[in-house]
Amino acid sequence: MDRIVGIDLGTTNSLVAFMQGDTPVVIPGDDGLNLLPSVVALDANNQPVIGNAARNSLIETPERAVYSIKRLMGRGMEDIHEELKLFPFRLAEDMQAGEVLRITLGDKTFTPPEISALILRQLKRSAERFFGGPVTKAVITVPAYFNDAQRQATKDAGRIAGLEVLRLVNEPTAASLAYGLDKKQNGIVAVYDLGGGTFDISILKLHDGIFEVIATNGDTHLGGDDIDNLLITIALDDIRGDLGLDLRRNAEAVQAIRKAVIDAKITLSSQPTIKLDIELPAGKRYRREITREQYEQLIQPVIDRTVGPCKQAMKDAGLKPEQIDEVVLVGGSTRIPKVRALVKELFHREPHTDLNPDEVVALGAAVQANILGGGSEATENMLLLDVTPLSLGIEVAGGVTDKIILRNSTIPASATQFYTTQVDGQTNVAIHVLQGERELAKDCRSLARFDLKGIPPMAAGIPRVEVKFLIDANGILHVSAREQRSGKEAEIQVQPSYGLTDEQVEGMILDSFDNAEEDFRRRQLIEARAETNTILTALEKGKKSAAWGQLTTDEKKQIAKMEKALAAVNAEEDYQAIRKAIDTLNQGTMRLAELMMNTAVSTALKGKNMDETDLGEGPTAPHPMAKAEFE
Amino acid sequence: MTKSVLTAIGAKPLPQDTHSCWSCGSMRAAHFCESCGKVQPPVPVDYFSFFGLPPKLNLDVAALEKDFYDLSRKLHPDLNATTERAEQEWSLEQSSMLNDAYRTLKDPLKRTAYLLHLEGVELEEQSKSATEQARATGEIKKQIVPPDLLEEVFELNIQLEELRMDKKMGDDDPALIAEIGKQKLALEAKHEELLQELQTYWKTWDGLIDRSQAGNPATSEERAQVRNKMVDVLNRRNYIRNLVRDVNEAMEN
Repeated sequence: MDRIVGIDLGTTNSLVAFMQGDTPVVIPGDDGLNLLPSVVALDANNQPVIGNAARNSLIETPERAVYSIKRLMGRGMEDIHEELKLFPFRLAEDMQAGEVLRITLGDKTFTPPEISALILRQLKRSAERFFGGPVTKAVITVPAYFNDAQRQATKDAGRIAGLEVLRLVNEPTAASLAYGLDKKQNGIVAVYDLGGGTFDISILKLHDGIFEVIATNGDTHLGGDDIDNLLITIALDDIRGDLGLDLRRNAEAVQAIRKAVIDAKITLSSQPTIKLDIELPAGKRYRREITREQYEQLIQPVIDRTVGPCKQAMKDAGLKPEQIDEVVLVGGSTRIPKVRALVKELFHREPHTDLNPDEVVALGAAVQANILGGGSEATENMLLLDVTPLSLGIEVAGGVTDKIILRNSTIPASATQFYTTQVDGQTNVAIHVLQGERELAKDCRSLARFDLKGIPPMAAGIPRVEVKFLIDANGILHVSAREQRSGKEAEIQVQPSYGLTDEQVEGMILDSFDNAEEDFRRRQLIEARAETNTILTALEKGKKSAAWGQLTTDEKKQIAKMEKALAAVNAEEDYQAIRKAIDTLNQGTMRLAELMMNTAVSTALKGKNMDETDLGEGPTAPHPMAKAEFE
Repeated sequence: MTKSVLTAIGAKPLPQDTHSCWSCGSMRAAHFCESCGKVQPPVPVDYFSFFGLPPKLNLDVAALEKDFYDLSRKLHPDLNATTERAEQEWSLEQSSMLNDAYRTLKDPLKRTAYLLHLEGVELEEQSKSATEQARATGEIKKQIVPPDLLEEVFELNIQLEELRMDKKMGDDDPALIAEIGKQKLALEAKHEELLQELQTYWKTWDGLIDRSQAGNPATSEERAQVRNKMVDVLNRRNYIRNLVRDVNEAMEN
């Protein structure tokens, strides 16, 4: 049986989990941590660095690093105007309208799916290290309110990372699976998911193991990021106003401020007040005290934006707050007491917080992965019935959207439309597919333009082309067409409005499927040899230390023997043998290591100047806080 | 699909498929094999037949929901993710048909419109083509006012016009708003009444189906009669719904 992992590809953090027996567990990364920050950077050799390692680069070499890439997934140039004001995304200079976005890191450019793929590949490697074998299949979670293009981009990212994406699962639904695993009860559950960059509300009906989503709503650009940006703007305004120091274009300083305000935000969830103290260029300092009350007043407009979607979801579900039995909180931003208070007010009950809001989505993805893989005792009878978050429509005369699959329809869902020709002998028909709730096509999201080709030439109005629109269980649209009079399959040429073509994705694949086993072996070998080097270098250092003299002759002799054995297998191709020899040497040098414990380890930090990066204006925020102190 | 379901019903009561399973060869049910559980290639059937139901309008929604859950447990792609590619395709198609059918049949109005569609009446297309025509000519879509509402609608439209004028001028006329609110409530009550009226025709229709199954097929006149009555109720109901929407818009703006 293939191992299928569950992945939460988050705006701020990403995780990989799998089902160990009856329990879903998060697989830690090589740093031993469960959360992999969704940050990607290029090192000095243009090699990608992901996660905590890349986080330092955000401050040291911000022009070589990127965070919150999820905000750009499946989006076009024209709809990221706001993001560009608030995030240091550097678009490629030669970007053309209509092209898939490309982000500059150093002197290279990457599409958002490629950057996400680097994060996914890191998680894949963690899982492979954990299992000691290749991992090629995954369930990846997406915000419930993600549209077709955003879903497709996520699927592409998986493929680029060498993962077969068996299913895209909506994040709040995944969370409900993790919760439902041990609860096994019937009733109506609302999942309120406020993460780093996205907000979802889903209302589900639980019935003997069936998790039926009744309604979902959300905002794919609302989350903790927005709170951070507010706080950053205030700090920058303060600094500019009082010190006359305009740091908005100083990426290094902005990232330092960002780090400080994020820490402050987290602290304010448990403490009544926080003192910011940030070192600024030219030996200046920015100091200010923020009270919980000021902070809550400040973020109120941000968290209030979750109210509308919640009310709409309840309306769509035909339910009143009293009819909801449980409320579950998901996403790091639900740790904010003010958010919890808002949820309580909205649903008239105390929300559940038993599971770690950062991990629950990944755990649910692991449950879904287990179901897809054939299930186990723990997941027996469990089945997820999800919905499409947005209505699917086609453009008709007058630029109007004709909705053919309504939002909150259980997926897979389909609709059939009939088309005919307007002039004699016409052989092509164009169809414009849209997603959204607005009445005019221009206000909806354009998904694709389809050209039906090869319609047999007939008098106008005679051909009858049956076009079938099908939204699959991933929430992704498929279209097929057949001319009914001739019975011919009509050819469909798709011009996706956003996103990569199949060929482009092929060209980006990081680890080919066919070579997964071989790639894995080779990578393991490289990693094992690197570790050999590390331990041998450390040993050389140890031999020169005072501690070495404290070992007995016998101990020294044993170590020499192990060292020789390791050097021997290191020259061979068997990574498992190398690992074993490393382990043996590790055990054998335990006492030496203990004796050396007192040695201080110093790390050199590289300081480097960098180009100023354009951060844009950002909003100026009138805020409720007192004046800052400066030094 | 536009063929009358009544004639189909006359021939065979229920679509108990007698083909054998592609996988194990045993006699199978329509969607999945009763003996080996394998999903079967989809066959084009109407939504009633998909659930093994006669085309009747009074329907036990709780029983339908149970069937929907049971069939989901067999057909859903999540539970067929490890099968061969073709089987996965069938599962996707069967499952989408199941969802489409359930969504249509559980809702009394969608169910009625769907039955009328099977009977060759395209309510939605009628409305769509009227809308498109109106847009093409730049006119406001004309709807035939149901005769029993003529007087009230005339009155209401004048009041709505007054309200819009008031809003434009920044005037406030609580008496007018109260009057319109009252009319709106009356319209909403009427909207509900029409659902009850519709249900009486369901009964007539279901009676015809029962008779057909007992070997005494209904005449085409009998069918047309009840069919036309249902179309009329639905049209009137749609008209009122649009009117209520207009009122809401005028009150909000």
